[in-house]
Amino acid sequence: MATRLKEVDAVMVGMGWTGSIMARELTKAGLTVIGLERGNDLTPGEHFALPGIRDELKYTQRLELIQDPALETLTFRHRPSEEALPMRRMGSFLPGNSVGGAANHWGGLHWRYLPSDHLCRSHIVNRYGAKAIPEDMTIQDWAMTYDELEPCYEKFDKLCGVSGKAGNLRGQKIDGGNIFEGPRSSEYPNPPMKMTESALMFEKAAKELGYHPFPQPISNASRPYTNIEGLTLGGCQYCGHCERAGCEANAKAGPHVCILPKLRDEPKFTLRARAWVSRLIYDKSARKVTGVVYTDTRTGEEYEQPAGLVILSAYVFGNVSLMLYSGIGEPYDPVTQKGAVGKNYCYQLSRIGITMFFENKEFNPFMGAPGSAMALDDVDGDNFDHSGLGFLGGSRFACGHSDGRPINYRPVPPGTPRWGADWKKATAKWYHHAANIAVSGSNYANRNNYLDLDPTYKDQLGRPLLRLTYNFVDNDYKVMEYTVGVAEKIARAMNPSIIAPPRIRRGDYDIVPYQSTHNTGGTVMGTDPKTSVVNRYLQSWDASNLFIMGASTFPQQPAYNPTGPVGALAYWSADAIVTKYLKNPGPLVHA
Amino acid sequence: MTDDPKIGRRGFLVGAGAAAAALAPEAPAQAQTQAAATPAAAPAAPAAEAWLTLTQTEAAFIEAAVDTLIPADDLTPSGSDCGVAVFIDRQLAGAWGNGARLYRQGPFPKAKPELGYQLALTPREFFAAGIEAANAFTRKTYGKEFDRLSEPQREEALKAMEAGKAQFTGFSSTQFFNALLQLTMEGFFADPIYGGNRDMAAWKMIGYPGLPATYREDIKTYFGKKYDKPPRSIADFS
Repeated sequence: MATRLKEVDAVMVGMGWTGSIMARELTKAGLTVIGLERGNDLTPGEHFALPGIRDELKYTQRLELIQDPALETLTFRHRPSEEALPMRRMGSFLPGNSVGGAANHWGGLHWRYLPSDHLCRSHIVNRYGAKAIPEDMTIQDWAMTYDELEPCYEKFDKLCGVSGKAGNLRGQKIDGGNIFEGPRSSEYPNPPMKMTESALMFEKAAKELGYHPFPQPISNASRPYTNIEGLTLGGCQYCGHCERAGCEANAKAGPHVCILPKLRDEPKFTLRARAWVSRLIYDKSARKVTGVVYTDTRTGEEYEQPAGLVILSAYVFGNVSLMLYSGIGEPYDPVTQKGAVGKNYCYQLSRIGITMFFENKEFNPFMGAPGSAMALDDVDGDNFDHSGLGFLGGSRFACGHSDGRPINYRPVPPGTPRWGADWKKATAKWYHHAANIAVSGSNYANRNNYLDLDPTYKDQLGRPLLRLTYNFVDNDYKVMEYTVGVAEKIARAMNPSIIAPPRIRRGDYDIVPYQSTHNTGGTVMGTDPKTSVVNRYLQSWDASNLFIMGASTFPQQPAYNPTGPVGALAYWSADAIVTKYLKNPGPLVHA
Repeated sequence: MTDDPKIGRRGFLVGAGAAAAALAPEAPAQAQTQAAATPAAAPAAPAAEAWLTLTQTEAAFIEAAVDTLIPADDLTPSGSDCGVAVFIDRQLAGAWGNGARLYRQGPFPKAKPELGYQLALTPREFFAAGIEAANAFTRKTYGKEFDRLSEPQREEALKAMEAGKAQFTGFSSTQFFNALLQLTMEGFFADPIYGGNRDMAAWKMIGYPGLPATYREDIKTYFGKKYDKPPRSIADFS
């Protein structure tokens, strides 16, 4: 029997980016807030400190900061007709763990989705006609435009101290920035990072071919920076250990650096780590949630935390599974296409691209950061004319050096054996002399890619695992073929001594090798409760005091990394709660 | 096909033990003479470390395997002289080896490779089974355990396992080979605190400087120029 605790105004389920932003905004508005986090708490000064933070085995290989699948994982299958099996080890994607969530180990790539990404379906219908969209491609518009979200994009930029160069300032296009981006009200908070030679070579070749490269927008601070919360980030050290590990320089934006010190000092806020929320308590007739049930993982005891407002900020998989366990909303059925919880799961076409070898160039590949790269958007989204091409969407490119950690990074020319004397010679010869154009492709929604509950396997609390049904479809292969072909053109123009064959995904999706942690969908936003789970304020259609955060609200996944919109939407929803909902609790949108 | 004249480390240790047992304590002078006649230990290696989990058979296999995957040359000593076998032993003895960060609930039906690892075995158990199967394969094919094969035979045997041409029960030889290769590379290139990459030999081989990895100024100073500072590891800063 769960022990019932004293009611609070709001409870956050998960204390990553969105739980932290929402908790801060709501406590500023006078609410009492409890932040529940399944993982442990962290102190960057202790947990992200030299020399231990430079341990590639611990962080990159053994995944120290990543969710432990022994606690909870998901099952996976390619098609609804197959049986799903557990993902026994993390591989393809690496969800976070602990207070701070995935922001503890992300690489910092920070974007604003394109205006055409926001109006994905309408834009395509207007430009190419409705028949251009395949019948099983279930793309939808966002429930707000880029322009509406812009002030929140700006706020999150300033919270993080994004480093970059504007390509569109209040409608004026600026060479050297991303000329395809939506209009910004102001320049980036920090100037671009220092570029590696590989990035500059890419920039030169791309420009000569008529493309428009620009510095990768990044939440690695290019210089010490004090954010809108009065908290200070340090300047990036170009250590080459960014992804998978914490930042000892406080240069990588995340809740611990950007928000939590304020929350820890805030009397209205209480953080409870090691608190695993097992379900929301749903009063279906009242169309409200009354609180959450959680297990204290130190003692195994269960607690009921009543709350006036519940914020689901538990990452894509946590959000969807909690909706399903709690019986909120109708689960999606791919056969009938009825229901919306679990619908439109999307991913990313990642770790594709092309590697080049330059006998006469010295790259020092271990020096760099995800931000010391040049990016390119000419074949992204709908930035180019798709007439006659037979696919929709596109890819963004990046070229630079940010990870020379040798267990993982040992580029060798095609045909090199994987071991033995020749392997040693080639590895020693080329380690300093390789560069890569990384391509990241959009993944548009499909009726057969979705999330529901597994019938066989359980987590450590005895609940069914979430089941992922997902595969690449024809559109995805065409996006990769076309856009990696463009990357190859640029690669050849960079004049390498050796060029490896382009890397494209072929065949079924493989959940084993790391690709990307850009899982999206499952509680998508929309204007129609039949095809969405939340409205434009991220408020649940089924419970007016439940708001769902994060990329689970994205109807489909563009080519960009999702964190920029994830943070912006948290501010957007917080603003709606504070200025509209609290004054008049109830549904904010009537469908 | 001739036998490699080197008897291998296991043979040396077994032989020395047997000789000492036969001679002690009645003829200590003869025991000393016996000891002086045996071959010198591998150069630049510290005193042999105790195995935490590998059996003698497993250790012999692992040492022979990592010496074939990473042979000695002018770039580095052999894999086992770089501590890679010690690394593997420590990893298999520790939390990861015994199933940490592995979802271990059944059932365990066979699966296509895109669904990932589906065996009920921990890494420690998997390596025990794999080494047993590898030795059974070489006994069948060459009449000897893997560590007794000549260098060319070892290469041939590993290539067969890599290609899935060796018949293993319960899992493919490719799956075992890939796990062995991955652990070997981790041991070779990880920070030396884990037992491998002795003297940062692998880092010196490729020119990877290790720690502290703070390059805010160096990224400009060394633009286009090879970074030339000698490598340092976590232990150097502890």
